[in-house]
Amino acid sequence: MTIHHWRPSASLAALKARGHLLAELRSFFSERGVLEVETPILSAASNLDPAIEPLYLDADLTGAGAQRWYLQTSPEFPMKRLLAAGSGPIYQVCKVFRADERGRRHHPEFTMLEWYRPDFSLEELMDEVAALVCRLVGHPELAMERIGYRDLFLGRMGLDPWRASEHELRSISQARGIADANHLDLDTDGWLDLLLSHCLEPDLGRAGLTFVYDYPPSQAALARVEAGDPPTARRFEVYWQGMELANGFDELRDPQEQRRRFDQDGAARAAHGRPALPMDRHLLAAMETGLPACAGVALGLDRLLMCALDAEHIDAVLAFPAQRA
Amino acid sequence: MASYKTNEFKGGLKIMLDGDPYTIVENEFVKPGKGQAFNRVKVRNLKTGRVVEKTFKSGDSVEAADVHETDLQYLYNDGEQWHFMDTDTFEQLGADAAAVGDAAKWLKEQDMCKVTLYNGAPLSVEPPNFVVLTITQTDPGVRGDTATGGTKPATLETGAVVNVPLFLEEGEMIRVDTRSGEYLSRAKED
Repeated sequence: MTIHHWRPSASLAALKARGHLLAELRSFFSERGVLEVETPILSAASNLDPAIEPLYLDADLTGAGAQRWYLQTSPEFPMKRLLAAGSGPIYQVCKVFRADERGRRHHPEFTMLEWYRPDFSLEELMDEVAALVCRLVGHPELAMERIGYRDLFLGRMGLDPWRASEHELRSISQARGIADANHLDLDTDGWLDLLLSHCLEPDLGRAGLTFVYDYPPSQAALARVEAGDPPTARRFEVYWQGMELANGFDELRDPQEQRRRFDQDGAARAAHGRPALPMDRHLLAAMETGLPACAGVALGLDRLLMCALDAEHIDAVLAFPAQRA
Repeated sequence: MASYKTNEFKGGLKIMLDGDPYTIVENEFVKPGKGQAFNRVKVRNLKTGRVVEKTFKSGDSVEAADVHETDLQYLYNDGEQWHFMDTDTFEQLGADAAAVGDAAKWLKEQDMCKVTLYNGAPLSVEPPNFVVLTITQTDPGVRGDTATGGTKPATLETGAVVNVPLFLEEGEMIRVDTRSGEYLSRAKED
């Protein structure tokens, strides 16, 4: 602990840019009639995504005795409960938490902007993300590009992510110079994640915002899967300056399918020796009642600030990263 | 066997890879929007000094290398091994030429050195940053010439050759920076 650690790691200019960005996004959504909401940071249930590890604490918050409370990894579940209760379009700016994520672009506690648009198509939501980013960074002429996940891999690697075998993916990873790729033990999606994050992502969003859309069904997360040849998960990711900024979904509404994905995630966690987590039964009940057709997106505000300020490290836009918190 | 998970990776951590001890030089956490995260690391082989890149699935574990640094006193060279002693326990350890490497030309009896031990045996030796050594051979000095800045080679008692100012004579003691191999100043008997 050095003596200077009482000082913020962000510059005063970066702190002001954050304040300005928050004020600007609130006017953006207010002009568009989207309601700001707050939901709890602590929940008795957790996200089960096997690639995300929640933080938690044990405390008595209800008066009924101590129990485990999970810090939200995203406000998605309670916001969907609000949608099912008839909230109409809503947005939230909040802190979210993910254990073990620390690096140049990751901090375990970060700021998420998440919003939901009943009756929006995925395309309409992409347009709104673009409009918001242009407004927030004061760049009305920012270029936009949309490319299908399949076309991205076909065009840059000559590889069809729906059909490639693990063997092919492994040899391409080696050929592309990913260090030690032959030693990695990955499934198909793991190899695709490796290629995307190591070989494709650095070139995405170099001329403006790049929207990558329509993912393999095995990477649907909480998106609706559209039948077809091939079937596609209706979701998109937004990249700018070689960095992923946002994840958007045509939201899954079928409670049986949601339950099936929870069980599948739970099984994947168990198979990887990760602790079991309680699924959100309130979300399932809300979906039984009926989630309106909607599209939703989560955008990392710290990363947007990094792009706007040309920051190399996330600590440059955080007042007090964990080492100083 | 102790091990580290990828979330413990940081510069300086000592790990085992393919049977050799390595130190982590650089660690980068890489994660796509959704899905599998990776750690992209640069590691230096502690035996060969070679730096290579490796990719790990985040969450994987790697065996810890039993590597640590300790200050040992250099005692003598028996022609095959350089012998060091722990001045607290008086335990003696022999290091071979591979471990001593370039440090050999700076090692003077009784100097304290930083020795890296791997499974209890010396893996590498770092001489003190500054050593005082006697000139054993050099061309005759040029008397009075202390200002022109000219230099000449001088062989020291340990065998090292350094460039020294022209006025220095055989039998004089000098202070040398072992990191750059540069002459610093004349030294008095200590």
